[in-house]
Amino acid sequence: MTEPQRPHPVVQLTLMRLREMMREPGALFWTFGFPVLLSVALGIAFRVKGPEPVVVGALPGVTVQARDALASGGVQVRPLDEAAAKAALRSGQVAVVLVPPARPGEPFTYGFDPARPEARLARATVDAILQKAAGRQDRLAVRDQEVSEPGSRYIDFLIPGLLAMNLMSGSMWGIGWVIVEMRVRKLLKRLLAAPMRRRHLLFAFGLSRLMVIPFEIALILIFARLVFGVQVAGSYAALVLVSLAGSASFAAIAILVASRAQNTQTVSGLMNLVMLPMFVLSGVFFSSTHFPEVTRPFISALPLTAMCDGMRAVMIDGAGLAGTLPYLAVLAAWGVVSFVLGLRWFRWG
Amino acid sequence: MNTICPDAEPALLCRGLRKIYEAGRGSGRKRAGAVLAVEGLDLTIARGECFGLLGPNGSGKTTTVEMLEGLLAPTGGEVKLLGMDWAHDESRLRERMGVALQETRLPEKLTVEEVLNLFRSFYQRPRPLQALLADVQLEEKRRAWVVKLSGGQRQRLAIACALVAEPEILFLDEPTTGLDPQSRRQIWGLVAAYRARGGTVLLTTHYMEEAQRLCDRVAILDRGRLIRLGTPAELIAGLGAEHVVELELEAGMGALDEATLRSLPTVTEVHLSGEGVWALAAVEPERAVPALRALLQERGQHLLRLGTRKATLEDVFVSLTGRALRDD
Repeated sequence: MTEPQRPHPVVQLTLMRLREMMREPGALFWTFGFPVLLSVALGIAFRVKGPEPVVVGALPGVTVQARDALASGGVQVRPLDEAAAKAALRSGQVAVVLVPPARPGEPFTYGFDPARPEARLARATVDAILQKAAGRQDRLAVRDQEVSEPGSRYIDFLIPGLLAMNLMSGSMWGIGWVIVEMRVRKLLKRLLAAPMRRRHLLFAFGLSRLMVIPFEIALILIFARLVFGVQVAGSYAALVLVSLAGSASFAAIAILVASRAQNTQTVSGLMNLVMLPMFVLSGVFFSSTHFPEVTRPFISALPLTAMCDGMRAVMIDGAGLAGTLPYLAVLAAWGVVSFVLGLRWFRWG
Repeated sequence: MNTICPDAEPALLCRGLRKIYEAGRGSGRKRAGAVLAVEGLDLTIARGECFGLLGPNGSGKTTTVEMLEGLLAPTGGEVKLLGMDWAHDESRLRERMGVALQETRLPEKLTVEEVLNLFRSFYQRPRPLQALLADVQLEEKRRAWVVKLSGGQRQRLAIACALVAEPEILFLDEPTTGLDPQSRRQIWGLVAAYRARGGTVLLTTHYMEEAQRLCDRVAILDRGRLIRLGTPAELIAGLGAEHVVELELEAGMGALDEATLRSLPTVTEVHLSGEGVWALAAVEPERAVPALRALLQERGQHLLRLGTRKATLEDVFVSLTGRALRDD
């Protein structure tokens, strides 16, 4: 009699999750607003400004000829006294300080910090100009060809990382935190007191994420395309596959992290413990190759590294499905192990 | 729908039910070492009966109810619910029972009808939404978010969730705690209506008035043990007196002692509460009170307050344990 209007529990549980999210302005902002704002801020901070001019400080006594030669070679020269030169060098306003010979016949001195790459570059540039002005002949004929590979800008590197980070946060907060909140509210226990199947609830968590993920990805990709001209070099199918595998893997990690936590403070602490090291190590904002060689295998085994690298393989290097397999394998391993342990330790009450 | 049928097996039966919380485990009352929460409980509840578990906080009511509901594994003992047991028949049992836990916070940003449809989806034969809303008088609130409901409305929604599939037995854990008197009476009306349809009810409460009004029989629990079982009338009759005389002396008027008060005519029980109020159980207060006045006049002591009322289950509890029910 009422049979026709009986809704399916998975549909109802999924609707519950989606409605709760859509009716929570905070959740909407963190899911959709925050990643866009972050990409705007970082995109502006690291926008391409053309080649940086080389700036040198010249102490009193540097000849007009030397200064003219440097200026015509594209170097900015700032006359400074000794104290001002030190301060400018320390704060990075000048890369090199040019000290004239104390007596004719003695050498020029270049004051610079060799630990700074731009200082070494400036020293080489300044030296080449001065040597040439003094009559040095180049023996080898060379020619420059300026290239700009698509995908080589910082924003091209950043967007795949932001995508991965956002999908990770979405799974962790959208599942881990929500599970613990339901446990604190005794809603988990109440649902179990009804003839609800546990797998229906877990399935609904996954399904509700699955409904939101396409919007999360599309929003960031479209935004990055329109504002920064970021392209996807490889196949969209591979990108979707990496996104889904990564989200599923982090959903399983979220279940593990939430399996026993009795309050939301505990679970937020645990999730930050899981996520913060990966924000730093996994190369969301800068390449993880900056870390020492010995740490590389460990870092590559992290799930966020796999997702970031997989995203970049597709978006920047143009990888297809086959090219993402190693990353998918890492994500699958994390997902399966976390899911099995999470279910074993899970506490409903 | 079942009807009251004395020959049938009981709706609920438990024997030797025990729960020990091990050290560091279990939520709620966490203490060092093992905590014995329920100590060998035997209960039989007939079909169609409304049975009350009474006791102060920490007496083991919720632990008992959650074991009976199959939400908490007993350390020992046997539970038979509707002739079935939790190990073998969980899914069938869940279809046929309804539960309102102590303080479930339903999803705040779902509407009343969305919550009910969620719970309806779990059952094979849910009742129509309209009938559920009508039962708990929430028709006008059907599109309101849970967070916008009053305490009483939320509790009615929680009970509607328990009644979604017209259960044969309904478990209510402190259904009216913290509600105003009017909301409490509305909940009592819901329970009465459910019973009129033939349902069995197990409720816990620490409101004596609630137990006296709703329950056919009550079990008084204290520190995990059953200390008295019977109809409310039987338990009150067990006091030996149906009336209670309460008195309080003016400050600085000296003290009274138990032996003196007990020697007053027809007084059977004497109890001093923490607030300095003496309660005397008296068979004939019309004889006890004049004798009390004469005694005080003779001693020059003045009364701040003197009153007579009918004995309640609260007095039964005080007489059995020496403590008041709501001494938290």
